[in-house]
Amino acid sequence: MNFPGELKYSKSHEWVKMIDDTTALVGLTDFAQQELGDLVFINLPEEGDEFDADEVFADVESVKAVSDVLLPAAGTIAEINEELLDEPQQINSDPYGAWLVKVEGITGFAELMDADAYEAYIETVEE
Amino acid sequence: MDLIFEKSVPGKKLTILPECDVPEVEFDPAFCRSKKLNLPEVSETEISRHYSRLADRSHGVNDGFYPLGSCTMKYNPKVNEDAAGLDELTDIHPLQPVSSVQGWLEIFDTAEKYLREITGMDAVSFQPAAGAHGEFTGIQLIKAYHTANNDTKRNKIIVPDSAHGTNPASGSMCGYEVVSVPSSEEGGIDLEQLAAAVGDDTAGLMLTNPNTLGIFDRNILKITEIIHNAGGLCYYDGANLNAVMGIVRPGDMGFDVMHMNLHKTFSTPHGGGGPGSGPVACKDFLAGFLPGIRIGKTDAGKYDIEAAPDTIGSVGLFYGNALVVVKALSYLLTLGREGVPEAAKNAVLNANYMKAKLEKVYTVPYDKGCMHEFVISAVDIKKETGITALDIAKSLIDYGIHPPTIYFPLIVHEALMFEPTETETREELDKAVEVLLKIHEEAYSNPDKLHSAPHNAVIGRPDEVTAARKPVVRFDFGAEE
Repeated sequence: MNFPGELKYSKSHEWVKMIDDTTALVGLTDFAQQELGDLVFINLPEEGDEFDADEVFADVESVKAVSDVLLPAAGTIAEINEELLDEPQQINSDPYGAWLVKVEGITGFAELMDADAYEAYIETVEE
Repeated sequence: MDLIFEKSVPGKKLTILPECDVPEVEFDPAFCRSKKLNLPEVSETEISRHYSRLADRSHGVNDGFYPLGSCTMKYNPKVNEDAAGLDELTDIHPLQPVSSVQGWLEIFDTAEKYLREITGMDAVSFQPAAGAHGEFTGIQLIKAYHTANNDTKRNKIIVPDSAHGTNPASGSMCGYEVVSVPSSEEGGIDLEQLAAAVGDDTAGLMLTNPNTLGIFDRNILKITEIIHNAGGLCYYDGANLNAVMGIVRPGDMGFDVMHMNLHKTFSTPHGGGGPGSGPVACKDFLAGFLPGIRIGKTDAGKYDIEAAPDTIGSVGLFYGNALVVVKALSYLLTLGREGVPEAAKNAVLNANYMKAKLEKVYTVPYDKGCMHEFVISAVDIKKETGITALDIAKSLIDYGIHPPTIYFPLIVHEALMFEPTETETREELDKAVEVLLKIHEEAYSNPDKLHSAPHNAVIGRPDEVTAARKPVVRFDFGAEE
């Protein structure tokens, strides 16, 4: 499993890639996509929607189940990755390339970990 | 195999219609279709073989063990079909004068009386056609109650994280925000988290007891009290009623409204279109909101029908799937007062018997005894061999056993959920256990075999991903003639 060093990770398996101090891309981790299995649908928010940190902003559906996705940063949705609406499988094939949303005006974060801490956290989750 | 439409050859006929014995009438052409119907044209032999082949490829309770968790795939007694096939019950129309359907109304009245006794509720509507339909109806009753009290700030339905997926869906369909509360380490509802979640915006709680882990929540009276103290109502999902029927009553646990699945608990056919029946039962204070037709008696002792005074309206046709009610009543009359709780006890015994034998090699989270079903986790097997719950489920098909429910409940990873029901013999349970032990052994000795299972089925592994992403749900007849 892959944990890029430049990203931050949440306990609910979202990654955050900072673009500047208050703007970031958010996606699902490699671990998340493996656990979910092949994704068949995704619901994304609308541009301009505002969320608190750890609030549900999207949901993903695999052949197993539907799961909520939590926003690891409080802010406003600046952009959504529309390609994913037609091809949610991009999350399976390229979890760190397939960002879900771009968040701007970030005012706070959920509890985030660096790559090493997240990898260690995964170990505890798997047990 | 071909679809029946692909077998069609123009001009083939299989019916000889009798002489018309009523006057012919012409319909207004404005209401008649002009294009021909795309009905398949096949010979009687072909159609007979076609459906026999389809039946060969399917797996029902009559074909073998069917331990699909939370679905109660029990045997469907044939005597039920005899009762439901009586001409007196089928050659009849729901709009006939009430005086000419007194027998039918007595059937509903009797079935309602028995179900009230089993559930501890005061009134029943048979209109909902299945479980989720019953949930929707029940939550509408809760909504109607709050609305009638001008208590419109209540916009949340509380659902535990072990719930059936239909619960949050029903709450959401009724316009409520769904709040999920986590389970405790014992597998029941976490009381502290529940108390923190309720408030003056709580419309109600939806709960299955025993829950999807097969665990009876011993705190149930406290749970319903917490909801009631907050001003909310309690909905009982009757999916798992088979574990407690005739022993514990939802009405006594503090629930206000519930549904039953006649096609699970009361032995009527399930799957393949059933049809289902999901009667909703409630306490007196909600009875005025019930949908459909209520059956009462006139002063002269005759049955009569009328709508409930504050009815939410109809949620289905007339009396619901009426012949299913006949089958359920036939079942209840066959079992009787002693037989109903005995069936529940045997359902619990069978599940515990299987669980005790399987937990020697399989991991059973929440392992403190179970009710009518139990959940295995294949997490350790997956870690050690790469074999998943899906592989184990698919392997069972090769032994003529229907797979259990998998990847549910969501709080157990790699879940396999078994519900043997009371209608399996010890020999059948032993055979299934033997197969599951063999599969466990093969996960370590021959994982490739399991990865590619099933080997003996006509269809191996359907491409579920493409089916979900690009569903083909209708036949293309090509260009219109």
